[in-house]
Amino acid sequence: MATSTANSIELLAGNTACAKAAIAAGCRFFAGYPISPSSEIAEKLARLLPEVGGRFIQMEDEIASLAAVIGASLAGKKAMTATSGPGFSLMQEHIGYAAYAEVPCVIVDVMRGGPSTGLPTSPSQGDVMQARWGTHGDHPSIALAPASPKEFYELTVRAFNLAERLRTPVTLLCDEVVAHMYEKVDMAALAKLPIENRKKPTGAPGRHLAYAPGEDGVPVMAPFGDGYRYHVTGLAHDERGYPTQNPAVIAATQRRLHDKIEWQRRDIVQFETVDCNDAEVVVFAYGIVSAAARQALRLARAQGIRAGLFRAITLWPSPTEEIAALAEQVDRIVVAEMNLGQMLGEVQRAAGNAKRIDTCLKADGETITPEEILAVLKAGRETHV
Amino acid sequence: MERYEIRLSGEGGQGLVLAGAIVAEAVGIYGGKQVTYTQSYGPESRGGSCRSDVVVSDEPVDYPICTRLDLLLALTQKACDSYSPQLKNDGILIVDENRVSVVPPGSFRLCRLPILQTARVKLAKEVVANMVCVGIVGMLSGLASKEDLHKAVLARVPKGTQEINRRALEAGFGLANAWLEQAAGGTPCLVSR
Repeated sequence: MATSTANSIELLAGNTACAKAAIAAGCRFFAGYPISPSSEIAEKLARLLPEVGGRFIQMEDEIASLAAVIGASLAGKKAMTATSGPGFSLMQEHIGYAAYAEVPCVIVDVMRGGPSTGLPTSPSQGDVMQARWGTHGDHPSIALAPASPKEFYELTVRAFNLAERLRTPVTLLCDEVVAHMYEKVDMAALAKLPIENRKKPTGAPGRHLAYAPGEDGVPVMAPFGDGYRYHVTGLAHDERGYPTQNPAVIAATQRRLHDKIEWQRRDIVQFETVDCNDAEVVVFAYGIVSAAARQALRLARAQGIRAGLFRAITLWPSPTEEIAALAEQVDRIVVAEMNLGQMLGEVQRAAGNAKRIDTCLKADGETITPEEILAVLKAGRETHV
Repeated sequence: MERYEIRLSGEGGQGLVLAGAIVAEAVGIYGGKQVTYTQSYGPESRGGSCRSDVVVSDEPVDYPICTRLDLLLALTQKACDSYSPQLKNDGILIVDENRVSVVPPGSFRLCRLPILQTARVKLAKEVVANMVCVGIVGMLSGLASKEDLHKAVLARVPKGTQEINRRALEAGFGLANAWLEQAAGGTPCLVSR
């Protein structure tokens, strides 16, 4: 019975998966303030980071937490923090700073019921729009939503890869169920995920322009401490990093911040489709709701309803082109999410006004069940026929 | 095997989150079945509703939260009232005989046991009631061998507490076996699943 990989099978919890993935991705700095339902990430990293020569700091609050993460990243370390909605709110100012100063970092938001302190231990997907527009100004955004502990591991590695490659903050939007859920995972398979590291400048310190972009629109980042000196600011800045009010320079930087993400959109946007080929109706879902949708699909098909699933893995940039293509094929889309309609707007925009879109929305601290999605699939069908 | 759903429910502080993890580990890691485990609890560290769900299948589990229960363990009246309506017709309801006085009507099989009292009196340590639960649930679900349950318990409990936890697990086996015998062979399939 025992196989060579049997020993690498673990019953892995979502938050533990995230912490282990961070270490595997090369994260060597964590600063945070514990908050349910994300606390286990900090707890695990407090133990794991010192074992690999990394640093863990519990800060006085979430504002300082992200500030410390940004500092560590500028000093050359892969860095992350983990929080939940209330802490994510406090981090918004520094998320904007990291976006504008182009400082790679990973922010985990294990979403709980809100607004405010809301429901500390209950699941929600209420921070989707906050991950897009929580901080002010015209900034791009990358947010990934895992649907299982295994995927939380994979997407944590991916979040670091994207952050380092694109010099941008990346948000992991996890829900409480996935964060606290355990499943069997083959750790040996996960150890093979590719790891991307930050490019370093090759020229002499005196000649390196801190914000001169490469062909991919991303400036090469010099770590502080290696002899490169430059100015880092949240003010609009030129290629040296110094503040500027020159409209041409400001416009070019604004455009470039978006272009560096947009040019790699096809790689960044990930999604999964299930049984969509012959589908008359497709459920749009992400995170734990997509797990409920999978079971709803089977229940629906057993009752003769040809249902499919579009599972968004990347929420930002939103998979608008892919949704538009899907909308061409199917009669109806059902958007299911644990909020009162956040990705719904994206689906409506992508699918167009002509498309019939029904909803299965819930924001009461409970998860959406397969039966609830099935009911919308059936009800819509009856009124449709 | 099709989807089999286990819910351990009670209040915060009874150790049911750990108990669920141990059952899941015994069934999934040592027993080799597909398994997921989720938990739900309130913001309180003591009191408040608490539950943990173990879903077992031969196929990968798609939705990890229980919807129709094969086995429900309830250590408080509130938990019993809340979740017993979700039991399948031939499901098993295990209740603590001192904490659950009223059992709602249903066609499930009722197993009333002195779980907390066994921990408090026989083992002289109420905190190991959750390991008594692991023994009972492991036996009555028929999903895990005694050996696998032992391994899972010992892998999870703090050093220095192995012996008391092992005895608690055995006490759980004992309570479950006594009930099975008392049920007069009416449900022999339970242990041979």
